[in-house]
Amino acid sequence: MKTTNIMIVGVGGQGTLLASRILGNAVIGEGYDVKVSEVHGMSQRGGSVVTYVKFGEKVYSPIIGRGEADIVLAFELLEAYRALPFLREGGRIIVNTQAIDPMPVITGAAAYPADIVSRLGAQAAVTAIDALSLAKEAGNSRAVNVVLIGLMAKNTAIPYERWIETLKTTVPPKFLEVNLRAFELGYRYEK
Amino acid sequence: MAKLLIGNAAVAQGAYEAGVRVVSSYPGTPSTEITESIVQYPEVYVEWAPNEKVACEVAVGASMAGARSMTCCKHVGLNVMADPLFTASYIGVNGGMVICVADDPGMHSSQNEQDSRHYAKAAKIAMLEPSDSAECLAFTKAAFALSERFDVPFVIRLSTRVSHSQSLVETGAREAVELKPYEKNVAKNVMMPAMAIKRHVVVEERAKKLAEYAESTELNRVEDNGSRIGVITSGISYMYAREALGDAVNYLKLGMAYPMPEQKIRDFAARCDRVFVIEELDPFIEEHCRALGVEVTGKSAFTMLGEYTPAMIAKAVLGLEGAPSAEAEEPIPVRPPVMCPGCPHRGTFYVLKKLGLTVSGDIGCYTLGAAQPLASVDSTICMGASVSAALGMAKARGPEFNRKLVSVIGDSTFIHSGITGLIDIVYNKGANTVIILDNSITGMTGHQDNPTTGRTIRGEATKQVDLELLCRAVGVEHVVVADPFDVKAFEQVVREEVNRDEPSVIIAQRPCALLKYVKYSGRCVVTDRCKKCRMCMKLGCPAISVKEGAVSINPDLCNGCGLCVNVCPFGAIEKEAEA
Repeated sequence: MKTTNIMIVGVGGQGTLLASRILGNAVIGEGYDVKVSEVHGMSQRGGSVVTYVKFGEKVYSPIIGRGEADIVLAFELLEAYRALPFLREGGRIIVNTQAIDPMPVITGAAAYPADIVSRLGAQAAVTAIDALSLAKEAGNSRAVNVVLIGLMAKNTAIPYERWIETLKTTVPPKFLEVNLRAFELGYRYEK
Repeated sequence: MAKLLIGNAAVAQGAYEAGVRVVSSYPGTPSTEITESIVQYPEVYVEWAPNEKVACEVAVGASMAGARSMTCCKHVGLNVMADPLFTASYIGVNGGMVICVADDPGMHSSQNEQDSRHYAKAAKIAMLEPSDSAECLAFTKAAFALSERFDVPFVIRLSTRVSHSQSLVETGAREAVELKPYEKNVAKNVMMPAMAIKRHVVVEERAKKLAEYAESTELNRVEDNGSRIGVITSGISYMYAREALGDAVNYLKLGMAYPMPEQKIRDFAARCDRVFVIEELDPFIEEHCRALGVEVTGKSAFTMLGEYTPAMIAKAVLGLEGAPSAEAEEPIPVRPPVMCPGCPHRGTFYVLKKLGLTVSGDIGCYTLGAAQPLASVDSTICMGASVSAALGMAKARGPEFNRKLVSVIGDSTFIHSGITGLIDIVYNKGANTVIILDNSITGMTGHQDNPTTGRTIRGEATKQVDLELLCRAVGVEHVVVADPFDVKAFEQVVREEVNRDEPSVIIAQRPCALLKYVKYSGRCVVTDRCKKCRMCMKLGCPAISVKEGAVSINPDLCNGCGLCVNVCPFGAIEKEAEA
């Protein structure tokens, strides 16, 4: 079996780490070998963050190179654009339509590219989703990560029940209800 | 069932299973989670020490007293630990002792890219290097037993990708390891010349035994795929090579980074037409091979800089090109790390920038005070250097320069090694102004308690170092506590203290915005009184931006700290209650 490569990108503080943990735990529940590469430390402070989740029969390297990602799960538009070179031919980008200005844009030293969704669409298969609104609908704006996991779940071979079970064991009990709602909203999302 | 653990948590599990009793560390990315993971085992005494030197000495003492002990740090922390380390090598161990050091190739969160393997050679101790979480657990467990067998501290060398990658591990039960008897042993434990001269003989004999062990141990493993190309590698580079090259080459995987085998390498190389050495950072294995007269290709085909990748290895060894990939049509703005919305340091740097001061910086979140638009930090060297380097600057350039000079240092970093610099200032008649950024926590590494927080690593209440009293006690007569968000008053305090021709300390007190108990009410909003003067833009708050000429505050990012309200000269920013 070929290794499946999922790259999760976003801005420090958006909850990409929890997303990669949920994904990793769902994958081992299915009996695959898995590696998850996380980012800690300074880059978490509002910088670009990248985590990799790789699973299959046997996984060696924890990192994903250019042209190797089956799915790019992006929490933010600009970070999706930045990750484009990592997508393999025929891969899919799932992108949250939230835009967070990086400091060079805030200070006026650079411009935030316009129409990123259509630019991505010209080169790859893209699913765009307003996960922040759905997270608020679920009851907590911080549940963006689980809305996105819900949407991504449909693009994997891992069954629905496995995801629900994983959420129950990975998410703190106090936030479980909100996160289950957030997952459903992502999972049922139709473009 | 197998568990998914980051390498650091697997190291902790390995130490737990090996019966470790005492763990003392100072936090440092990417090593921090090893010690944090120990907290889950109630049988183990665990602590955050004020710095790595102290942590290492606690572990040495615990080992001397008969317990299995461990200390963990990042690569630059090993520099701080070097003094006890080199002599601990002479003393050896009673209970097994393990030192974990995590290097940071690519400098994800560090100020340099040093290669810690040199320390094993220099201190004449042994070093193991795991490649994934399962090996982190197994090697750590093995290291305790080997430490006792060879009477030497063992180092576990990690790197960011091993420390912070999760992979599957099988966990086991804790071994029942008895505390060894403590017996006074002056010849072994008192390192004064007469004894140390004799211990050095033991150290050199031990080095030979360790070298023999390196020949026979299964930690150093040959994978013969019948190829004429050989690869000698270790750590994460093994995983990259395995993915990139598969069964197309033979591997000599060195689980023991120091000492390295001789005969095993000669035999391996003799079966190959060409041998590549694949290792990040310095040519440590490569130089060892060269010294043996074994011809290898190493850094000439790779790089001394940053991290390796499987694609880089596939190209260098097999000449394979990487997968095709798409490219963005335009340059993409970089997204450097920034201070969080509500960060207390923002107020401090806003004032320092406004006053045009030279700022001697230090290691922590506040190193980000060097970035635009606050851009006020002039230098960052190492933990504690903000204080002592500023004394050097003042002594070099005189009192006038000193009146435009401050040091900035976090509460934890000040305790780590800033206090000694402050004593130097007082003792040697300096007149520096030191600003302690007291945010009530060790921030950058992810909220660890420290001697100024009043809580231990297990969250228990304890004595709290009083920074104000501490500074007064070493002889600083002018110590002021100020709130960096009260910008006008804070500016006045800084002006006064830098102009003083005596040492002074300003304790800039406000807790980290990410602490759970820090809750600001409401959100900040821009009203129609805004004159577009952009004064608020000088704060570099990620929540504030200019959209089509108008200043706006993103309600999803704003945490309502109100600093922008305080700096707006027209009172045009208001706090709005949460909807």
